Amino acid sequence: MIRIQQVDKTYRTRTGEFQALHGIDLDVSKGEVFGIIGRSGAGKSSLLRLINLLERPTAGRIFIEDDDVTHLDGEPLRRLRQRVGIIFQHFNLLHSRTVEENVRFPLRVARNLSKTDQARRVAEVLELVNISDQAKKYPGSLSGGQRQRVGIARALANRPQVLLCDEATSALDPETTQSILRLLLEINARLGLTIVLITHTMDVIRTVADRVAVLDHGRIVESGKLIDVFLNARHEVTRALLSESGIAADRSASAARGAGHVLRLTYQGETVQSPLLTRISRELGMDFSIVEASVGKLKDTPYGQLTLELSRQEEPRFRQLLAALESNAVRYEVLQ
Amino acid sequence: MLDLLHGAWAAVMDFDYWSEIGTGTLDTLIMSGLSLLFTVLIGLPVGTVLFLTGWGHRSPRPGVAAVQAWTYRIVSFVVNVLRSVPFLILLILLIPATRWLVGTSLGVQGAIPPLVIAAAPFFARLVENLLREVDGGVLEACRAMGATTRQTVFWALIPEAFSGLLAAITVTAIALVGYSAMSGVIGGGGLGDLAVRYGYQRFNTPVMIVTVAILVVLVQFIQWAGDRCVARLSHR
Repeated sequence: MIRIQQVDKTYRTRTGEFQALHGIDLDVSKGEVFGIIGRSGAGKSSLLRLINLLERPTAGRIFIEDDDVTHLDGEPLRRLRQRVGIIFQHFNLLHSRTVEENVRFPLRVARNLSKTDQARRVAEVLELVNISDQAKKYPGSLSGGQRQRVGIARALANRPQVLLCDEATSALDPETTQSILRLLLEINARLGLTIVLITHTMDVIRTVADRVAVLDHGRIVESGKLIDVFLNARHEVTRALLSESGIAADRSASAARGAGHVLRLTYQGETVQSPLLTRISRELGMDFSIVEASVGKLKDTPYGQLTLELSRQEEPRFRQLLAALESNAVRYEVLQ
Repeated sequence: MLDLLHGAWAAVMDFDYWSEIGTGTLDTLIMSGLSLLFTVLIGLPVGTVLFLTGWGHRSPRPGVAAVQAWTYRIVSFVVNVLRSVPFLILLILLIPATRWLVGTSLGVQGAIPPLVIAAAPFFARLVENLLREVDGGVLEACRAMGATTRQTVFWALIPEAFSGLLAAITVTAIALVGYSAMSGVIGGGGLGDLAVRYGYQRFNTPVMIVTVAILVVLVQFIQWAGDRCVARLSHR
C-alpha cells in the first residue's frame, strides 16, 4: 500500500544541514494499522509527512499503491492528497467555520460532488464518528475529544485509502485517548482503511498497532509485528520506551537473588489462559519463584512474560523443565 | 446655572454655520467611506501577496522561491516608501496624478486618491501581520487536503483572520477620518476644510470646536461599531 525506499531527508538551516531521516525503508500493507514510535526529535513527524508529501524526501522514493509519487506536483499532487487523510495533534480545524463546514471543506476542494451530495456525505461521516449532534457548533465550543472526532470526520470525507495520524491523541486526556483509539480501530475494521500513526507513547501503539517501527535519531532501529517488538525488544530505545510505560518486564535479572538459573518465559495467545505453570510444576514436582511478571493484551493478543528463579536443588530437573516449556509453545531465555 | 444654560442655548441659536457643518460632515463621511472602500479593495490583496510571498511560505522549488522573494522585496519596498512620506507632502506630490485620475485635485473627489494611496499600504501591512497570526496548522491542514492556494486564501486564511480584519478596518477608518480632515489644508472639503477656513484663517473658534466635537463623536462611533462587529463574529 505504502512503500518508502531508502529515503533521506535533510533540512537546510541557517547553521548548516540537519539530516532528519537516514535511509528509511518502510512497507505498510493495505488495511493494517502501522505505528511509528520514537522520542521527540526522532524524525517521526517528517517521516509521516513524507507520505502525503507535505515534506519532500531529499533522496529515495515513495510509492502509494505502486504509483511512484515522489515527484508529483500541481494537480496530481493535490489529487493524491485528497486520497490520503490526515489528523493532527492540535486538530487544526477552522475556528471560523462550523463543524459541518469544516467537514465539507475537503469535499469543496475535491469538487466531485454536488451540493446536496456534499451535505449527505458530511452527515454520513459525522454519524460515523458519532458527533452529528454538534454539527452546527463552532470548534471553539467543543472538547478536545470532540474536536478530534471532527478532525477524523474531515479526514474521512473524501473516502481516503490511507489515514495518517500525527500524535492524534497526545493533546487528550487518557480516557478520551482510549475513546479516540477505539474509534480509529472501528474505522480501520469497518472501512478497511490503512492507518499510519506516529506517537511517543507505547500505550497508543499497544492498543491499536498491528505492526510497529521504532525510530531513533532518524533511523528505524527496530520493526516488526507488535507482539514481537514488545516481547523481544532488542534495541535500547525500544526497551526504554517499554519500561517507561511499565508494560514489559525489565529484561535484566536484577530482581533475582539466588545462585540458581533464571529463566524468562514469553507466551502469547491461548496459552495465556491455561494454568500452564502450575501444571508443569506439579508434573515435574518442581518449585520456582516468580521474580517478575507481566500479563496483558497487545491489541487483541493476550500475552504473558515471567521471570522465574530456580533454586539450586532443582538443577537436575532443569532440562526437563525446558523440554516441557518447548512442548507447550512457550518461548524462553536463560538469563542466568 | 440657569444663566449659563440660557447663554449656551442663545449661542447655539445664534450660530449660523449649521448648514455648512452639515454638508461638511456629510462630505467627511463620503470621503472617508469611499476611500476606506478602495483602501480595503487594494490593501487586502496587497497584504495577502506580502503574506504569501513572505518568509515561511516560500516554495521548496528554487525558481518559484526566487520569484516569491523578488515579489516580496518589490511590493514591500513600495509599501514602505508610501508609508514613509508624510501625508501632507503626499497630498501635494499627488496633485497632478489626482487631476489626471478624477479630473480635479479639489473637494471630495480630489481628496480620495491621496487618501487611498496613503491608507492602502498601511492597511496592507496590517493585513500581512494578521494573516501571519493565523494558525499555521490550519494552513498545513489545507495543504494536506489538496487545497489550491486560491482555495486556501478564500476558504481558510481570510475567514480565519476575519474578525482581526474587521478590527484593522476599524483602525484604518479612524485614520482615514483624521487624514480626510488634513486634506482640508489643500482644499479637500469636509470638516477639515471648515476648520481650516473658519477656525484657522478667520479665527472663528466656535466653528473649530464644533467640527472637532463632531470628529470626536464620529471616531467614537466607528470604534464602537467596529468592536461590536468583531465581538459578534469571533468564534474562538
